[in-house]
Amino acid sequence: MLLACKDLSLSINGAPILRDIDFQLSAGKVLGLIGESGSGKSMTAYSIMRLLPGGSEIGGSIELDGNDLGTFSEAQMCQVRGNDIGMVFQEPMTALNPLLTIGDQVAETVRVHGDASRAQAQQIALDTLRRVELPAEKYSPARYPHELSGGQRQRVVIAMAIALRPRLLIADEPTTALDVTTQAQILTLLRRLVDEDDMGLILISHDLAVVANTADDIAIMRNGRVLDSGPARSIFSQLKHPYTQALYAASAHVPARAGRRVDRAAPLLVVDQVSRDYRLPRQSLFGPRRYFRAVDEVSFTVYRGENVGLVGESGCGKSTLTRAILGLDAIQHGTITVGGEPVLAGMAMPRELRRRMQVVFQDPYGSFNPRHRVARLITEPFHLLDNPPTGSARSRAIDEALESVGLTTADADKFIHEFSGGQRQRVAIARALIIHPELIILDEAVSALDVSVRAQVLDLLAELSGRYQLSYLFISHDLSVVRSVCDRVLVMRRGKLVEQGTTNQIFEQPAHAYTRELIEAVPRLPEAPG
Amino acid sequence: MLRYAVRRLLSLSLTLLVASLVIFVAIEIVPGDPAAYMLGMNAAPDTVAALRAELGLDVGPVQRYLNWLGGMLSGDFGTSYTYRTPVVDMIGDRLMISLPLALYALTLSTLIAFPAGIIAATRRGSAADVSVMGVTQLGVAIPNFWFAMLLVLVFAINLRWFSAGGFPGWDQGLLAGIKALTLPAIALALPQASILARVMRSSLLDTLDEDFIRTARAKGLSTRQTLWRHALRNALIPVLTIIGLQFSFLLAGAIIIENVFFLPGLGRLVFQSISQRDLIVVESVVMLLVFAVVVVTFLVDLAYAAVDPRLRRTN
Repeated sequence: MLLACKDLSLSINGAPILRDIDFQLSAGKVLGLIGESGSGKSMTAYSIMRLLPGGSEIGGSIELDGNDLGTFSEAQMCQVRGNDIGMVFQEPMTALNPLLTIGDQVAETVRVHGDASRAQAQQIALDTLRRVELPAEKYSPARYPHELSGGQRQRVVIAMAIALRPRLLIADEPTTALDVTTQAQILTLLRRLVDEDDMGLILISHDLAVVANTADDIAIMRNGRVLDSGPARSIFSQLKHPYTQALYAASAHVPARAGRRVDRAAPLLVVDQVSRDYRLPRQSLFGPRRYFRAVDEVSFTVYRGENVGLVGESGCGKSTLTRAILGLDAIQHGTITVGGEPVLAGMAMPRELRRRMQVVFQDPYGSFNPRHRVARLITEPFHLLDNPPTGSARSRAIDEALESVGLTTADADKFIHEFSGGQRQRVAIARALIIHPELIILDEAVSALDVSVRAQVLDLLAELSGRYQLSYLFISHDLSVVRSVCDRVLVMRRGKLVEQGTTNQIFEQPAHAYTRELIEAVPRLPEAPG
Repeated sequence: MLRYAVRRLLSLSLTLLVASLVIFVAIEIVPGDPAAYMLGMNAAPDTVAALRAELGLDVGPVQRYLNWLGGMLSGDFGTSYTYRTPVVDMIGDRLMISLPLALYALTLSTLIAFPAGIIAATRRGSAADVSVMGVTQLGVAIPNFWFAMLLVLVFAINLRWFSAGGFPGWDQGLLAGIKALTLPAIALALPQASILARVMRSSLLDTLDEDFIRTARAKGLSTRQTLWRHALRNALIPVLTIIGLQFSFLLAGAIIIENVFFLPGLGRLVFQSISQRDLIVVESVVMLLVFAVVVVTFLVDLAYAAVDPRLRRTN
């Protein structure tokens, strides 16, 4: 047995974090560790690495190749880390030191363990970068992290972790921050490395589908305990444990979308031949101005009551387009109209038009002022009204907005830090709803939420769209979510709209090669029993 | 890297030009006739006219500005009206004290601040951290002239290790000069070191919280190796900014300390020339200080680029 955790427990400053964790992993196998945020899956990884915050106390035993890591000193653990156990993290954008070249960072793993010369370490780094498909001919080891994309950086992090061919690799949400196509490539890479090196892999994820296709065994965690575990095949074919069932149901959840009326005769948002150029710095003092076209002649229409999805990889121009529609940036070509009125950038945009559109962002915490109470936060759009309600009319509007998103009137006096992630997103939706807009732009609005919370928020959005005949422009990199809530889908790539059609068309008969590539890259949940 | 340096140099030269224009306009045009101003209210008209001719005020403002600029570029800063000596010599003498004093104080402040900040950050919440934070709080709060008086009282009057003030001149030997500058340098350095130590601490704490620190630990680096190889260089970027600002301040802002220690430095020269209405000296010294700030800014920019590869690329 490569790794065996027996009765592993962890408390930090007396607060219990993990309890009775038991699992085993053999060489050449992949263990999937699944759980929602706060379930303790990352803390389990840090317990194995013994990279825990101050005040931590570990109980039970962690055995690597029969050696109890609990008896190791910190100096011995430094020998184990990087040499016997490698680790890969969630955020490739920040996991690398921005001031050192990628070659040096990979070579450092070799240099701190053993006495390889600088030249030898550089050679091992080159070979390892080649193994993770970053050959020196195309990706010079003298590059700095900021010169690489997210997926390429994650490959560098993987190279650092496997440079010394460790026995065990721990990957903590390695693909959560990446696009679907890059995610599929990274998962394939990890599986290949496991097979080549006969290495054990712990793959930590909140996403059932990601783990289901890669792992041999699965452990499902909640509140610091392992609730269900076993071979991947039987976990999903039997769905014995009620929590596993609930997770599965939430992951596969499709909101009920009956009773909605899409008014095809009433176009609400019309984007016509819109282009957005960014000015690049001049190459030389008197050289010609250069431009980067982030959005290239994009045209589409969103009708009243319609839910339209916009998908594409990061950098494809989704956010730029969103900013243009909201009137935050000027466009260089084309027109955008909402209800027939042209959208203008900045101060030129009439308030009457602004109040017809609202937006909900991905990070429900970062988009609120932490010093204001909910009542003040959600009434922010009132400044768009000529006669904002006051006194009892104002309280009525607040109560109505909160109740419509499933919160209570008592929540009006709370601060944003008193809410969970899902509740914060409800507050964000209440803020968008309070002036009764016709169009809400949902910019990755459910991407940061746990699956069960995400299912609830999707239900809420579907219900609100039906009740108020709201139109949504639903921007997401998560194709399965788009599929479950949208009437039509737009596919964007490198600033251009490559395909648009009804959700069924796009997912069942994708016409464009890129759409097919995107759909194929989406990890699928295994079939449920019965 | 060269491209970056040239770009910065161009933009800073432009800054200098704009600054010279602002100084010229502020001093020569705004308050009326400089010659009448310099001579005071009871000056005879023919004395004023003579001074006007001497100052070159009888030509138009554009010509005057160009003359002034051209003079400075060829090393001619004009002649002090009060002392009747070339301004360039006066400034040169004063710089021989102010520049070493500023460098001395900056070196001391860095030598104190770096270890203090690093110890406080790496042992957050410990007794060492609490004392560093407490002492630096005092250091920021107490004005430096009070430190200066205290130092004189203890080390010059009671212990008699140093003289209470004055400067023997560099011809008395390097050691004598350094000795005379030691107490003023300490008095200048203490508040600066307190600020710098706090910046160092918070910058390092931020860096130690970064994801790549965790990555380094997962590679098998010890906490000490992680600190030296990954954290410090990243933490240095905001610290460099403060060091640059502090040097500019030390060069010109030592006026009170120079007075406490009777040092004939730049700060006192500015003070004296303002009170004697010697506008030619004021103008030149202010321009010189702007020049110093611009040069220091340029050096800090180069240091940034040396530390951070992201700045070296100019696209």
